[in-house]
Amino acid sequence: MFKKLNHERVEKNAGLLGVFTILAISFGTLVEITPNLFLEETNRPIDGMKPLTALQFEGRDIYIREGCVQCHSQMIRPFRHETERYGHYSLAGESVWNHPFLWGSKRTGPDLARVGGRYSDAWHEAHLLDPRAVVPESNMPGFPWLAENTLDGELTADKLSIFKNSFDVPYTDADIAGAKEAVKGKTELEALIAYLQSLGTNLK
Amino acid sequence: MSNFWSAWIIAGSLIVVFGCAYLLRMVIVDTMGDEGKEMPHEFDGIVEMNNPLPRWWTIMFAVSIVWGLGYFVWFGLGGYEGVVGWKSANKEYYSLADVKAANAKTRENNEINQYVNELDTADAVYGKTYAKFAAQSVEELMENEQALKVGQRLFIQNCAQCHGSDARGQRGFPNLTDTDWLHGGSFAKIKETINVGRDSRTMVSWKAALGGDEGVKDVVTYVRSLSGRKVNAKDAAAGKLKFGICAGCHGIDGKGNQALGAPNLTDNIWLYGGSTAAITDSVANGRIGVMPAWGEILGEDKVHVISAYVYSLSNKK
Repeated sequence: MFKKLNHERVEKNAGLLGVFTILAISFGTLVEITPNLFLEETNRPIDGMKPLTALQFEGRDIYIREGCVQCHSQMIRPFRHETERYGHYSLAGESVWNHPFLWGSKRTGPDLARVGGRYSDAWHEAHLLDPRAVVPESNMPGFPWLAENTLDGELTADKLSIFKNSFDVPYTDADIAGAKEAVKGKTELEALIAYLQSLGTNLK
Repeated sequence: MSNFWSAWIIAGSLIVVFGCAYLLRMVIVDTMGDEGKEMPHEFDGIVEMNNPLPRWWTIMFAVSIVWGLGYFVWFGLGGYEGVVGWKSANKEYYSLADVKAANAKTRENNEINQYVNELDTADAVYGKTYAKFAAQSVEELMENEQALKVGQRLFIQNCAQCHGSDARGQRGFPNLTDTDWLHGGSFAKIKETINVGRDSRTMVSWKAALGGDEGVKDVVTYVRSLSGRKVNAKDAAAGKLKFGICAGCHGIDGKGNQALGAPNLTDNIWLYGGSTAAITDSVANGRIGVMPAWGEILGEDKVHVISAYVYSLSNKK
């Protein structure tokens, strides 16, 4: 077989070339990604990890909807210049319940992986509505509508159930039963702030 | 990492490298006819010359393959840790305590761990400086231009988001350059504030307790009179009677109480605005002022330097 599989044969046969191309580029995925789906350090949550509460969960969805991830990463790399500013580097175990990951890849604004507890709720409120009201140098857009929109919580319980059933996130039946009550009537602003204040606080 | 996945990664990586080597050999050995001659296909009169691979390219490709193998041996592959035992950081842990223990072990064994080594290198340079500052009293630090500059840098990095880059604060976030302090302006108190944070959730909505809008209006009128404004005397007198509710924190004379973080209402300095509307909002809806705790984030030494900087802002010599 190998005798016939010469340079000319591969190059003149588009189908064969395609098959070999796919085979060649799939090795990167097989070697670099596949093991992470099964390794302990990328699947075991850190000690004492708590799932997002119903309100924080809705906040996460608003974070996704508003595209925060386009400008803010949630991944502190193990470099001193980074941990000096943002806090301890991220561990894989902190992200195992993130679906999808919100690590981001661009920092127009600062990293938010450990922003929880760093600023007061009042600061976040002022800053989200009008960033330059508190940080004159900021180029972040304002999100004033967050204060006007309220959550009805219709889908919150379903969302938690999906995470419990599909991703093994340990929500209790009580969490799911009380999900709607926990978010109903709250503004999107409150939900987003609750989410931001939870970021990075599990690592003890 | 389990043996299986280690073997998987090693096998996959080596297949790629040796696959590249095989491919290179394949195109060198099989020249597809005579080199330098026209190839037996043409399109619209255009023919392809059968040119060999450029030699510089072939050599670079071969060098890359050798380099790749050397890289594996040097830095490790899969579960194999490599000749130098290089590591980027201690990452396979599940709590801060475990990471710290692993870092201590790394130091004990003198391992090559990029992150830990970076920390130690930095500590050798900056650690001494901070240790020197930490041992000094606030009076000494205020004489020390270098310390104040470091303090200012840390302030701009960590505190300016709320208090402003000039530390003059803004609505809801106190001005640190004046002599009006909510929780006390001594060096020890400033340090305590930064270390453990402040949480003044006692200013709740007082509307119901004051008897609705009318009561709020009276109290607000009285509060405005405390800082010397001209107000409706009748309303102010009614408000004074109700001010007893407020006196628990703000004092019977309205001068506040730093132990509770209750602002002085008589000095015409207003954290949330001194207009009738703003004060009414404060009384009717409450105010929640929270200063996060920075002790754990910044560490004792840095808090000491920042405290000295903040103290120096209102205690100019």
